[in-house]
Amino acid sequence: MNRGGKRRAALKVRAVVFAALGAETRLALIEKLSAGAPQSISRLADSSNLTRQAITKHLRVLEDAGVVQSIRVGRESRFEFRSEPLHELQSYLERVSAQWDEAMARLKTFVEK
Amino acid sequence: MFNVIEKRIELNAPVSRVWRALTDYREFGEWFRVKLDGPFMPGEISTGHITYPGYEHLKWEATVQKMESERRFSFTWHPYAVDPKVDYSNEPATLVEFRLEPNDKGTVLYLTESGFDALPKDRRFEAFRMNDEGWTEQTSNIESYLKQRP
Repeated sequence: MNRGGKRRAALKVRAVVFAALGAETRLALIEKLSAGAPQSISRLADSSNLTRQAITKHLRVLEDAGVVQSIRVGRESRFEFRSEPLHELQSYLERVSAQWDEAMARLKTFVEK
Repeated sequence: MFNVIEKRIELNAPVSRVWRALTDYREFGEWFRVKLDGPFMPGEISTGHITYPGYEHLKWEATVQKMESERRFSFTWHPYAVDPKVDYSNEPATLVEFRLEPNDKGTVLYLTESGFDALPKDRRFEAFRMNDEGWTEQTSNIESYLKQRP
C-alpha cells in the first residue's frame, strides 16, 4: 500500500471509530467495559435495560471499530475494552486542534494590527 | 471531547472588523494562508489553494453553509486534508462554525469543528445537535478514563 493509500485507510478507520462512539448506548457499554473486567453478553444485559440481541448488535459495531474485542474464558465469550483506537482519535483531534490554535493566533494578529 | 473541537478567543477589534476578516475571501486568505478563487457564497463551493509554506501544492475546497451577518459563518470541508495524492471528496466532511459576540473589548470569537463521526450528509447537523448533551456527559467520563490510564 502506498503512503496515500495508508492515510486513506487511516481516515476510514477513524470515521468508523467516531461513528461507533456516536451512540449513547455504545458509549454506556464502553464505560462499563472500561471500568473493569471483561464481561459476557448476559452479564451486560443484566445490568442494562437492553435485550441480549441489542447488546450483541452494539458490541459488533464496537468490535468492528476495534474498541472492544472478544476473548474466550472457558466456554464463555467475554468482551474487553481496547483503548488504542480512542487514543488514536484523541491524538488526531489534537493535531487538528493545534492547527486551529495557530490559525486563530494569526487571525488575532491580523485584526488587531 | 471526541467529536468536536471548540475554541474561544477574545479579539481587540470590533465585531464588524472580525466579520470582514472571516468572510471577505481575500482577508480570510491572508490569515488562513489560502489563495481563494472568489467570494464566499452560502451554498456554494469555495475553491483555491493553500499558501502555507510547505503546503502550497494543496487545494482548498469548502462548501459555505451559513453567513448570518456579524454573527455566524460556517462551512463544511475535509479536515487535515494534507496529502495531495489522496482524494478526500468521499471522506467524511466536518462542519466548521465561527460565532461572533461583542464584548467590552471588542469581540469574542467561538470556533467549533464538529461531525467527525461522519453522519450521513442530510441529517448530520440535526443529529449532532440532538446528541450533543449526551456526548458531553459520556465523553467526559471516557476522557477521565484516558487521563487515568494514558
